[in-house]
Amino acid sequence: MNFGFSEEQDLLRSEARKFLDESCPLDEVRKISEDAAGPGYSPELWRQIAELGWVGLTIPEAHGGAGLGWVDWVVVLEEAGRSLFPAPLIPTALAAHAIERFGNEAQHAVWLPSLADGSAIGTVAIVEAGQAPGPAGIGLVASRDGESLVLSGEKVFVSDIAAADLFVVAYRFGDSPGLALVERVAEGLTLESQPGIDLTKRIGKISLDAVRVAPENVLDGANGEAVSALLDAGAVAVTAEAIGAAEAALALTASYAKDRIQFGKPIAQFQGVKHPLAEMYVDIESFKSLVYYAAWCIDEGHEDAPIAAARAKAYASDTFPKIGIDAVGLHGGIGYTWEYDAHLFLKRAKWVRPAFGDADWHYERVAQLGGL
Amino acid sequence: MDFDFSPAEEAFRSEVQAFIRDHKPAPNDPEGVANWHKQIREKRWVGFSWPREVGGGGGTISQQVILKEEMSKAKAPSLGTCFMGLAWVGPALIEYGTEEQKQKFIPEILDGAYQWCTGYSEPDSGSDLASLSCKGVREGEAYLVNGQKIWTSIAMWSKWIILLVRTSGDGTKHEGITCLLVPMDSDGIEVRPIKNMSGGAMFAEVFFNDVRVPLGNRLGAEGEGWKVTVSALAHERSSIAEVTGLQRTVEAVKELAKRCTRNGVPSHLDPGIRARIARADAKVEAMRLNGMRALTRQLKGETLAGETSVNKLHRANLEIELGELALEIQGDRGPLDGAATEEDGRWQRLALNWPEVVIGGGTPNIQRNIIAERILGLPKD
Ligand SMILES: Cc1cc2nc3c(=O)[nH]c(=O)nc-3n(C[C@H](O)[C@H](O)[C@H](O)COP(=O)(O)OP(=O)(O)OC[C@H]3O[C@@H](n4cnc5c(N)ncnc54)[C@H](O)[C@@H]3O)c2cc1C
Repeated sequence: MNFGFSEEQDLLRSEARKFLDESCPLDEVRKISEDAAGPGYSPELWRQIAELGWVGLTIPEAHGGAGLGWVDWVVVLEEAGRSLFPAPLIPTALAAHAIERFGNEAQHAVWLPSLADGSAIGTVAIVEAGQAPGPAGIGLVASRDGESLVLSGEKVFVSDIAAADLFVVAYRFGDSPGLALVERVAEGLTLESQPGIDLTKRIGKISLDAVRVAPENVLDGANGEAVSALLDAGAVAVTAEAIGAAEAALALTASYAKDRIQFGKPIAQFQGVKHPLAEMYVDIESFKSLVYYAAWCIDEGHEDAPIAAARAKAYASDTFPKIGIDAVGLHGGIGYTWEYDAHLFLKRAKWVRPAFGDADWHYERVAQLGGL
Repeated sequence: MDFDFSPAEEAFRSEVQAFIRDHKPAPNDPEGVANWHKQIREKRWVGFSWPREVGGGGGTISQQVILKEEMSKAKAPSLGTCFMGLAWVGPALIEYGTEEQKQKFIPEILDGAYQWCTGYSEPDSGSDLASLSCKGVREGEAYLVNGQKIWTSIAMWSKWIILLVRTSGDGTKHEGITCLLVPMDSDGIEVRPIKNMSGGAMFAEVFFNDVRVPLGNRLGAEGEGWKVTVSALAHERSSIAEVTGLQRTVEAVKELAKRCTRNGVPSHLDPGIRARIARADAKVEAMRLNGMRALTRQLKGETLAGETSVNKLHRANLEIELGELALEIQGDRGPLDGAATEEDGRWQRLALNWPEVVIGGGTPNIQRNIIAERILGLPKD
């Protein structure tokens, strides 16, 4: 029994930490993310992390990746989250994950190497406006035209639209959900980036107007369960990032509370300040444990994977927004300023909350999967 | 990361399971229960974490986890009957006791020969335990004890008390405290039971009036009482991941919800109730996994800085929330008592007995202080 990280994983973490501290401190994060006309990430840093092997971390070695697991991936994501690192890491990995799990060998050979080396950026387009983030919420319809599928409909909350070369799109053919690969250049595809609160996460909507998908771009292994599994993988990934971001918010606030003197003593001495900080720790440690287990379940193909992912995301969606609010509030006026960093974490929490299902959605899944 | 136990550990699990299958007594079979306790004592599963030299089982942390998990899953009788003796008196004796004290008390604790009670809290010293004032004054070969303890659980049924007294007013408040082991039938001890809010009386006030305690009954050196207490309370680490009881309660709340109707809706279909049950479920799972992470760190030889307080806070919250949830699920039947209740008043008891968990072992505010100070490094208040 060992619920801890290996030496290699600890090393991966310290390498990631060092790289991000040196190459992408929060000043840099702001520069990249506040440039509204830019792609929302630094192509130069993207190239560097691709070389470090982070982009293709979970892609099999045979296809140019590092062939590591989700537990390793969580390590990198925690650190990326701690730095609020703006890059299409999660969407690219999810696109690759979908192709690897539900695609055939030809599709692996076509797509995985370029996703692994960072030369192609992928993203997933699953959820639709106001709909359930599960197979039942898919309204985008596919019809058949000869060998091809023809897709029409709209997707929201799609990450990194400006950067993405490849979209993994969830559709419904009759009653059967499926996944198709749609390239950026596809005819009938309209991309609309939308401004968001969290500038480090670029989102937007895409519309498909009779987009033709050739048979080689349909993931034959995909069905409703596959869509759920992909959403679960997304939930685990964004929650892993949330661990790092929440820990950074706690560290920033705790350190400020130790230094800030009011009524002749550090405000950290007042329990009204100290106890919310302790509660942040309790919640972060707890969704951290849940994420680690969920990642392990994905690696092992364990039957607990869906409920483990749902518990982790539910817990994080439930508590991270409050951590963000407390991080700002416990600072007093300075926390409300653009210049001070506290709000960056509050805003990340607003993005994390609904991403791949909010707390209500996932608690309901926990209830159902638990026999209620 | 690897949640599997080694083959040797799995073999131990099978041994435990087989034992339970063959020996678990029916709940209303006192002879079977007595026999059970005799047999687990022989197998050294009582005091399983204690060194073999003193009569314990020398079990590894993983084995302790397995043993507790299987026992709890099977709803088997407890591992031993001398609750406080096993929880902290024994560990304190093992670390600080004289040879003579160990030889006298430890076998009796393992046998469950009688109960121990714990005389720490006083009317003016609860969370601030180190401010205690019950006095021990040296008189020849004995201490003369005068003062009062309160909230002393099972004092009226105990043969011995582990007692903290103030032997000196010099130095810091922690320094003048001494630990004594005192027979409850000593002259000058008076026990007055206190009725609690569920109507029972399981704790008491204990008065000490010129009670003579021989020097040989001192545990640790004079002035070392605080250290003796803290190290003993920190002993039971393997319980940190033990959530089988809470898991069972969550499952029972689900079943309860399926049987009850409230506001015209079957309770298990009420979205608010479903979300609260799921939230409790996720918290219990987080506790299990937090515990596994803490155990892993201990197996690697790291010491914990107060991480156990995370699960204590969860446990406190859950204890209250599950009781509330269970009564709310029953709607207008929630406030009933006696024969008309679901499951013989189980849920009403849960909703009224939470202080045993929430207040008894250090209140939530104290746990928050521990996390803030020892883990986050924030200043003391
Ligand atoms: C069922 C039960 C069984 C018990 N059994 C035993 C036993 O066998 N032996 C024994 O010695 N004791 C026993 N106790 C006593 C228990 O340890 C104390 O009740 C507990 O430590 C709290 O002390 P108190 O009751 O004096 O409350 P107080 O310390 O007066 O606390 C009152 C309130 O003030 C808060 N508070 C106190 N200090 C702080 C602070 N620094 N910051 C913020 N808030 C604070 C507390 O959280 C609490 O809400 C038992 C208690 C219960 C309920």
